[in-house]
Amino acid sequence: MVEVLYFAWVRERIGLAKEHVETSAATVADLVAELAAREDRYAAAFADTSALRVALDQELSEFDAPLAGVREVAFFPPMTGG
Amino acid sequence: MARISVQEAAFDLAAELAGFGEGRADVGAVVTFSGLVRDDGGDLAALEIEHYPAMTARAIEAMADQAEARWHLADCRVIHRYGRLVVGAPIMMVATAARHRAEAFAAAEFLMDYLKSRAPFWKKEIRADGSTWVAAKDSDEDALKRW
Repeated sequence: MVEVLYFAWVRERIGLAKEHVETSAATVADLVAELAAREDRYAAAFADTSALRVALDQELSEFDAPLAGVREVAFFPPMTGG
Repeated sequence: MARISVQEAAFDLAAELAGFGEGRADVGAVVTFSGLVRDDGGDLAALEIEHYPAMTARAIEAMADQAEARWHLADCRVIHRYGRLVVGAPIMMVATAARHRAEAFAAAEFLMDYLKSRAPFWKKEIRADGSTWVAAKDSDEDALKRW
């Protein structure tokens, strides 16, 4: 099980800030495919993963990264700090 | 050792800078930058800044560690705010203290470039007729390549 967090417009589109997800997905991309297949709001949020970034246990990562041992996955748009 | 603050509250730039880098023999240059909420269209009510609490300070510390090592900084201070910020309000500040000004300037610019596109903050522009998320610019991503 992983904790999945959503930020900015990803959070708004899905309508949730975080949720527990039971998954056996091997990679981030597999998890995205599982989530996108759930409901339209998820499909809309994950329609274009090139517009998204992912962090695994609070470290920026990639969509082809493995999920083994990961406790927290966060999806968000490119950051706009500063 | 850099001091990093991620906070909702306003900060007092003058108070933060009082004595910064002073009183030591190995510092010849202090550079400071502060960013304020700008209104380009004339109709911005506020910025709403969201962040990823568990990640933000860690991500900024990693950037500051890199800057300290690369430009041999004697001191480094970063403050970044979140929450609702009105036009003209300070959003963030970076201060660097180094032996020479080239190092202090480069470290401050490096930190600004990285804060912009690698620290987990997202800005939303709040207007009377609605609100929109600020999109990241390609030029911000390109700015990282020079480092």
